[in-house]
Amino acid sequence: MAWLLFRLALILILLATGGMIVFIVRQRKSVFTWSYRILFAGFIVHTLFLAHQFVVLGTAPVLNLKSALGFFAWTITGAYLLFQLRFRLMVLGSFIAPLAAVLMILSTSIPGGEVVAVRPLFKSLWLTIHVLTVFAGDGMFAVAFAAAVMYLLQEHQIKRKRFGSMYRRLPSLDTLDAINHRALILGFPLLTLGMVTGAIYAQQALGSFWRWDPKEVWSLITWLAYAVLLHERLTVGWRGRRAAVMSIACFLLLIFTFVGISLISSDYHSFRSLEGGVTP
Amino acid sequence: MIRIVTIGMNHRTAPVELRECLAQDSENVPRALAAMREDPAVREGMFLSTCNRVEALYTTQDPEAARRGIHSILTALSGLPEQEIQAGLYEMEGMECVHHVFNVASSLDSMIVGEPQILGQFKEAYGRATQERMSGVILNRLIHRAFHVAKRVRTETGISDAAVSISYAAVELARKIFHDLSGRKVLLIGAGEMAELAARHLLGNGVSHIAVANRTFSRAVQVAEAFRGTALSFEEIDAELLEADIVITSTASAGYVITRDQVKQSLRKRRNRPLFFIDIAVPRDVDPRVNNLGNTYVYDIDDLKGVVEINRAQREQEAIKAERIIQEEVLRFERWLKTLRVVPTIVDLKEKVESIRRAEIQRSLAALGPLSREQMHAIDVLTASIAEKIIHDPILTLKRKAERPTRDQVLDMTRQLFHLDEPESASSGACAGARTGEKPGTGDDETSVPPPLEDAGGRRKSEPHG
Repeated sequence: MAWLLFRLALILILLATGGMIVFIVRQRKSVFTWSYRILFAGFIVHTLFLAHQFVVLGTAPVLNLKSALGFFAWTITGAYLLFQLRFRLMVLGSFIAPLAAVLMILSTSIPGGEVVAVRPLFKSLWLTIHVLTVFAGDGMFAVAFAAAVMYLLQEHQIKRKRFGSMYRRLPSLDTLDAINHRALILGFPLLTLGMVTGAIYAQQALGSFWRWDPKEVWSLITWLAYAVLLHERLTVGWRGRRAAVMSIACFLLLIFTFVGISLISSDYHSFRSLEGGVTP
Repeated sequence: MIRIVTIGMNHRTAPVELRECLAQDSENVPRALAAMREDPAVREGMFLSTCNRVEALYTTQDPEAARRGIHSILTALSGLPEQEIQAGLYEMEGMECVHHVFNVASSLDSMIVGEPQILGQFKEAYGRATQERMSGVILNRLIHRAFHVAKRVRTETGISDAAVSISYAAVELARKIFHDLSGRKVLLIGAGEMAELAARHLLGNGVSHIAVANRTFSRAVQVAEAFRGTALSFEEIDAELLEADIVITSTASAGYVITRDQVKQSLRKRRNRPLFFIDIAVPRDVDPRVNNLGNTYVYDIDDLKGVVEINRAQREQEAIKAERIIQEEVLRFERWLKTLRVVPTIVDLKEKVESIRRAEIQRSLAALGPLSREQMHAIDVLTASIAEKIIHDPILTLKRKAERPTRDQVLDMTRQLFHLDEPESASSGACAGARTGEKPGTGDDETSVPPPLEDAGGRRKSEPHG
């Protein structure tokens, strides 16, 4: 039943992504409307899947890389739907939906069985909040990333005075900068909250707030990078190109922390040790 | 046979002095409509009057008389001699006219192709015509199709989003940078027709304030007054660079008026808010290296011309697409118009059968003796359904043949077979049907069109055959 839901969510999201790509090429509003509805349906189904997993496992269903990627895709979709409500910018979907789709595909193609039993260690409210907030923040940063990429594309055309087919399809620089800004402002507190709850959880479960394992260190670096970006934006008035480049760099750092470190390191944050959830 | 005709003048056929005479007075539209209603040759009519176009659209069975009528209406409204008016008029009929109406509604016939106002003006003119009960089956259908075509052209082609003048191109670029121009500030340095035009367009698009700087302060004051802006001396430009969002330069200066260092210093104080320079001057007023600074965009006259060129080429592409849509829709309308031609025969057929049925019931009632209400009702239903079933297939055939070239033969045959054309009763002229009663929007159903459109004279008087 659970995997049926996941499959269905996957199919819907892929379908919506295809539609969003067709939309950016053909510019038919009806194509977007349908893709948006399908994506929304996919998000609902995905939510049901996660809720089911949560009930079964008794904790946030993010115990291996496979499920983490799926969960990331879910928060990205959610963040996009939120921004769509506010900005009503159809073309944004054409950039973000593929991101979610890629994560979903990765999630299905990565081997990793179902987690049958969860160590009691993981059944903590703090862990659930930690995972939820960190990923929600990551979803926001993904939106910021997409807006930054769109900004650079559009800015390049306006600066170089060469107008390709994207010029008409992309919105104004001001809009893209505003989306980037808004996404950062929403994402940063979520990430911060996630790190704090993570530390509290570590204190409860492992006896210390901070253990300097590679994931923690890189997370701190990522957090600092975003802190600098937000600070520059808010106090110095960074905006436009420089802010866009920086937010792309920050997001790449975040992906590295998210996937790279989890694979390299063998510490408790790595998903390999989490998969050991089967041990009694 | 009914003809759809338009007579009018636009920016291509008539000079502005002539168009002015007709378009000036807003009371001219109701007057023209009233005059058209008085004209017996005009069946349905609509009168469109904008600053670039004055047009009467009507249907008629007597094109010659209607033309004379419309000419005299236009002459009377303009107060000019008839020859002068006639010289600027065009006239189109049939599918050519339909094509033209679709073109106008889609803004392909406008002075600035793609400008959106015309559709609103068109709707208003149609609203007037329906208020005056001057629109009937054909015009209703035609105008509704025109709205549909305009919508298709707008959504399926990019015809209306490419700016083809320099000042429009500047506004479009500003929108791509700032999104919303309301609340933005413009600094106009120097003066000149094109610069002022650009400023005016920006104001028209929501820019809230304009500051004008000029080497001769009195000139700055003069231009600023025209824009209800503030006048500045040349020395105040530095300070204004911190405030402005869009800077238009157009001075006769030989060197740069805006240097890279000057802009660079202002950027941090501006907190990197974007700054858009529109440099219309030759030689240039803004150091081109300013474009390399962050969040700063410099477009000189050549850049803008480049944008316009691209847009123009693109628009030609889009115009081809729009033309295809319009042709498609003209064909569709033509098909509908043809189905309309079989309607009178269908109506006649139904009426004839109905009158036979009634007469036969009357005649048989005496033989049947006293009947209850229920029995009467049963006889009524029985005969009606027999009659209906008998003519069902002929009617279907007629509808099917409506678009075929053999239509007229089939119509002829039907009229002969059912004896629909009684020679003694084809005289009285009653053709006002199409104009009365229908409301806009009812013209879409192809078969529910009651008024006979061909010569409808007295055919309803059919009689029972003994």
